[in-house]
Amino acid sequence: MTVNIALPTSTRQHFLREKVYPFLSVVAIYAILLVGAVMIFFPFAWTISTSLKTEQQVLEYPPTWVPDPVQWENYPDALTARPFDRYYVNTTIITVLSVIGQVASSAVVAYGFARFRFPGRGIMFLIVLSTLMIPFHMLIIPRFILFKYLGWLDTFAPLIIPNFFGGAFSIFLLRQYFLTIPLDLDEAAKMDGANSMQIFLRIILPLARPALGAVAVFEFMSSWNDFLGPLIYLSSDRNYTVSIGLAAFRNDYFTAWHLYMAAAAVAMIAPLVVFFLAQKYFISGVALTGSGGSKG
Amino acid sequence: MRFGRKRKGTTLSPKAREALNGYLFTSPWLLGFLIFVVGPMIGLIWLSFHRWDLIGDPRFVGWRNFERLFRDRLFLKSLEVTVIYGLGRVPLGIIVALGTALLLNNRRIKFIGIWRTIYYMPVVLPPVAISLVWMWIYNPRYGILNSTILQLFGVPGPRWLDDSALVLPSLMIMAVWGAAGRNMIIYLSGLQGISNELYEASSIDGAGYWRQFWRITLPLLTPIIFFNLITGMIDTFKLFTQAYIMTEGGPRNQSLFFTYYLFQKGFQQYQMGYAAAMTLIVFIIIMGLTLLVFRWSRAWVFYEGEIKRGDY
Repeated sequence: MTVNIALPTSTRQHFLREKVYPFLSVVAIYAILLVGAVMIFFPFAWTISTSLKTEQQVLEYPPTWVPDPVQWENYPDALTARPFDRYYVNTTIITVLSVIGQVASSAVVAYGFARFRFPGRGIMFLIVLSTLMIPFHMLIIPRFILFKYLGWLDTFAPLIIPNFFGGAFSIFLLRQYFLTIPLDLDEAAKMDGANSMQIFLRIILPLARPALGAVAVFEFMSSWNDFLGPLIYLSSDRNYTVSIGLAAFRNDYFTAWHLYMAAAAVAMIAPLVVFFLAQKYFISGVALTGSGGSKG
Repeated sequence: MRFGRKRKGTTLSPKAREALNGYLFTSPWLLGFLIFVVGPMIGLIWLSFHRWDLIGDPRFVGWRNFERLFRDRLFLKSLEVTVIYGLGRVPLGIIVALGTALLLNNRRIKFIGIWRTIYYMPVVLPPVAISLVWMWIYNPRYGILNSTILQLFGVPGPRWLDDSALVLPSLMIMAVWGAAGRNMIIYLSGLQGISNELYEASSIDGAGYWRQFWRITLPLLTPIIFFNLITGMIDTFKLFTQAYIMTEGGPRNQSLFFTYYLFQKGFQQYQMGYAAAMTLIVFIIIMGLTLLVFRWSRAWVFYEGEIKRGDY
């Protein structure tokens, strides 16, 4: 494309400013975004590539991206070297129960904060908020002793049961959402003779589906990906989660990167699938609170 | 919709009944708070004055744990490492996330949904898997990073995680890769919330892109940046998986993050009292830091409501 040189200077400058510069800046932005996307994908691609190589090929220089031959056996080899199927089942049990507990209890509590006036409510909610800011995860030492006395060590209980008492982040998110539901709906149902529980179950909950979904996916992630918790509380191999199993697997061999990468790739599948299926809850949930799913 | 009739014969006033319902619905949280936070907190304070290996009986030692702490070079090192990491990682994360959000917040850029999805993807992955993958990338001999450096420049690359000067920057890069997408979405939703009128008005006044950025965009985003600062600080003190899987605190304790050292003392050496005292001190430090950041935030965090109050 040649710019018409015969144009008067002012028109030419106008043309540059209005058409050429914006066009160039869009091209530049796309280029940067593309570089960013490549950097995001790069570790994934390298994981998959390594997971399909033979042990010799992994250590070759210069490295190749396309495995030759494609060593599919790495996957069954890695997944049977340790009982990863068992780990997957364990993690699923812990995660599903945690999500149910977290969503149900947080919704009940959030409803209490959003719809009833009672002495001490302000202070109680302030404490909920402050637990978002105070890193109570640091209480691992006394909590460990508590669970030891309860006889919960080496069971899933310490990882599941606390979720049935509501999480500060979930309560906060749900309460904010409940407050946007018009009170008129409650009043109308009350006129029809509904009690508080019925209003909660039939009016508030159905209307709060986006927020409940966001709480559910955040809890899924934090439960599925938890490492320190299972590491401390679970000791026998048959109770391991995927993350603990993966960490233990790494210590089984000196270096077996093709197998580590195969196991790591499989460990990434469940969270990625949930993410792609429930994307809108992640994005809207993160945007909703500006707190990005980080729980106290 | 039909519901059962109201039960008659209760003596409670409507107000008292409302309060009762309030306590009833919030009771799970209150109970959990007492059992899993207040109780352990009291236990923590009690433990920090005792010596206990979980097997025998706890023995009262007064301030001894605390005295030992301030002479423990590894404890001080762990604080130093954690703070240095945080000072690098938190601003770096904010800049990358905000920069990406600014790029995406452009009317001419299409497929925002797809870009968002791509950048968010690493956020959902298990930290253990991420740690393994990056360990392999950073591998000094066979890793793709150093192989590429050797191929392109003909010189061997640095030893990344095995280099005491590079271990923290290497972990920071990995952390930004893993978390930038999440914060980017927060900034993006903040940017989309800024009304166009502000930009149009300042355009008429002849303000260019950068002037608008410094005068409008950035001030309106300061609440989010502030929020990022607080959560980033807490996340830094939480950091554990990378140290456990990738570096084991090394080389030369250069990645001995606080939580990892706490884990070593508590769950590998079973010094429960000592670990409790350590937690308590760091608790106080974090609370102090949080208060400081809050104080400091009054000087630069901007809330739109304030202007309105002044204007009308």
